[in-house]
Amino acid sequence: MSLYKQFIKSNQFLSFVKKEFFHIMRDKRSVLILLGMPIVEIILFGFAITTEVNNSKVAILDPSNDKATLHIIREMEASKYFNVVKRIHSTSEVETTFRRGEIDMAIIFGNNFNEKLNHAGGAQIQLVADATNPNVAVMLTNYANSIIIQYQLDQIRHQQLPYQVKPEVKLLYNPSMKSSFNFVPGVMGMILMLICAMMTSISIVREKETGTMEVLLVSPMKPFNIIIAKAVPYLVLSFVNLITILLLSVFVLHVPVAGSILSLTFVSVLFILVSLCLGLLISTISDTQVAAMLISGMALMMPVMLLSGMMFPVENMPKPLQFVSHLIPAKWYIMAVKKIMIEGLPLKYALKEIGALCLMAVVLIGISLKKFKIRLE
Amino acid sequence: MEIVIHTDKLTKQFGNFTAVDNISFEVEKGEIFGFLGANGAGKTTAMRMLCGLSIPTSGKGLVAGFDIEKETEKVKKSIGYMSQKFSLYEDLKVWENIRLFAGIYGMNSKQIAHKTDTLLQQLGFESERDSFVKSLPLGWKQKLAFSVAIFHEPKIVFLDEPTGGVDPATRRQFWELIYDAADRGITVFVTTHYMDEAEYCDRVSIMVDGRIDALDTPKNLKKQFNANNMDEVFHQLARKAQRTDN
Repeated sequence: MSLYKQFIKSNQFLSFVKKEFFHIMRDKRSVLILLGMPIVEIILFGFAITTEVNNSKVAILDPSNDKATLHIIREMEASKYFNVVKRIHSTSEVETTFRRGEIDMAIIFGNNFNEKLNHAGGAQIQLVADATNPNVAVMLTNYANSIIIQYQLDQIRHQQLPYQVKPEVKLLYNPSMKSSFNFVPGVMGMILMLICAMMTSISIVREKETGTMEVLLVSPMKPFNIIIAKAVPYLVLSFVNLITILLLSVFVLHVPVAGSILSLTFVSVLFILVSLCLGLLISTISDTQVAAMLISGMALMMPVMLLSGMMFPVENMPKPLQFVSHLIPAKWYIMAVKKIMIEGLPLKYALKEIGALCLMAVVLIGISLKKFKIRLE
Repeated sequence: MEIVIHTDKLTKQFGNFTAVDNISFEVEKGEIFGFLGANGAGKTTAMRMLCGLSIPTSGKGLVAGFDIEKETEKVKKSIGYMSQKFSLYEDLKVWENIRLFAGIYGMNSKQIAHKTDTLLQQLGFESERDSFVKSLPLGWKQKLAFSVAIFHEPKIVFLDEPTGGVDPATRRQFWELIYDAADRGITVFVTTHYMDEAEYCDRVSIMVDGRIDALDTPKNLKKQFNANNMDEVFHQLARKAQRTDN
C-alpha cells in the first residue's frame, strides 16, 4: 500500500494523467461527445421525446347543442390535451376527416343530451380515436373520459344527493405525470455507461493501434497502473457529467432530487466502476478503435435503451428478454436511481440493486484483469 | 569488457511452435548489435523476452545484469525502447512527449527541464519545442523518438526497425545519433530490414527459423559466406528457412 501511495505521488502517475487529459481536450470529437452529449440528451429526452400527449386535434359532432354538451366541450378546450379544431355535422363526416389526417379523435354526442342525462337516463356519447398508435389512442380516450366523468360528478353534487362516490386519485412521486421523471435516471445510466465504457475502451485501443502501448508496456510503469491512470480522467469527467445532468434535471426539467445526494453519488460511483471495467473488457477484445466503438454501441447502447426499462417496462417483456435485462448493469443502476432520486427512499431500499452492481463489478474486474494479462503475453 | 546482454539457450514456445529456439549470445557495453532475420524468424519474440514483455519457456537471460524472468522491473528501468511503429504521441507537443516519457521513467522535473533544453539544442529542434509531433516530418519524428528512448540514460536501447520508410539520407543522420549514443556507452540492440544498415553494426546476428545461424562482425561474415555485401550473406542464410511468414 505504501508503494502504491508512492506511485500516486510520483511524477509517473501525474505525467500520465496529464497526458490523458491532453488527448481528450485536444480531440474536438471527444470533447463534443464528453461534454455536449449529456446536455443534448437531457434536452432531447426531457422535451422532444415525451410520452405525454398534448394538443391533440379533436373534431366534435354535437347535434344537441345544449347546456351539458357545451359545458363538456368548454372543458375539453380548456384542457391542454385537446384542441378542438373542427365542428362536423354528420357521422359520415367522421371518417373522411380522419382520412384527411385532420384529427386524432372525434367526439360524437347523442341527441337531446342534457335531457336524457337528467331525466330519461342513458345519454349517449361516442369517442372515436385513431388507434394506429394504440398508446396515444388509449391515453386520449382516457383523458376525454375523465373530463366527462368529472362533469357527471359535478352534476350529482349539484343535485345534493345524500351520498356520492368520489374517487380521489393520488399520483405518487410524480404528481404532474411528467415523463422526464422516468427519463432522467435513464439518461444518467446511458451517459455514464457510454462515457466510461466507450471512451475508455477507445482510448486504450487507440494506443494499441498507434503502437504507443508497446512503448508503455516496455516502460517501468506497471500495466495495472497504466489502466488506473487511464481511467482517472474518465472518472473525473463522469463526475462532471453527473453534476451537469443533475443540475439540468433540477433546474431545467424541474425533476427534483428527492433522496440523499450522498446515496445517489455512492450508487453512481459503483455504476461508473462497473462501466470502466466493461470498457477495459471491450478494449481487450477489440484491436481497432472502430471495433471498440461498434462493440460499445451495439453491446451497450442498444440494450441500455431497449432493455433497461428506460423506455419500455421490463415487466411487460417476454421471460427470456426479462432474463437478459437482468444482465444489464444500467438496468440496476436506473432502478436504484429511481428509488433514491425520484422516490426519495433511503439507501437500504436499493440493496438488491447495489448487490447486483457489486457482483457485476467483481466479476468484470476479475475477467478484464485476467484478459489484460493474457494480452501482454 | 562488460557484458550487458547475456542469453543462455533462451527458448520460447507457443504450443507446439518454437518461435525462439535455444539462442545463446552475448552483447558488450557500447556495442551496436544488429539483430537480423526474415519476417517470422523469431526476432520480435526474442526482443520481447529481452525487454521483459514475454516470459521465456526455458533458458536464461540477463539484461543489464538482471534476470529477464525474475527481475523484469529492474530490466525495464535499465532499457530504452523504440518500436517499429512510431512511438511518440502525435497529439502532444515535442516538449510534452519528452516530459511524459521522462516522467514515466521516474526522472524529476528539474532534471527533465534541464535536459530537455540540451537535447533540443543538440538536435537543432529549439524552434519546434511547442510544435505538435504530428506536424514534424517523419525523419525528425524518428530522431526525436530515438532521443526520447535514451533520454533517461538507459544502459541498453532496443530499436525495432527504427528507420522503416525513411529515405537513405535521413537514415544516415539517424545512424549518426546511434553512433553518438554508443560512444556515450549506451549499448544499441537494433533490428533492421535494410542490409546497408547491417554494415554499420559492430556485430550482426542472423536468425533463421528461431535459431541464430550466424553471428560475427559484418567483415567476418562476408568472408565466411564468401559474399560481397551483407545482402548476399543474408539471402544465403534466409534461403535455408523452412518456416514461412508467421
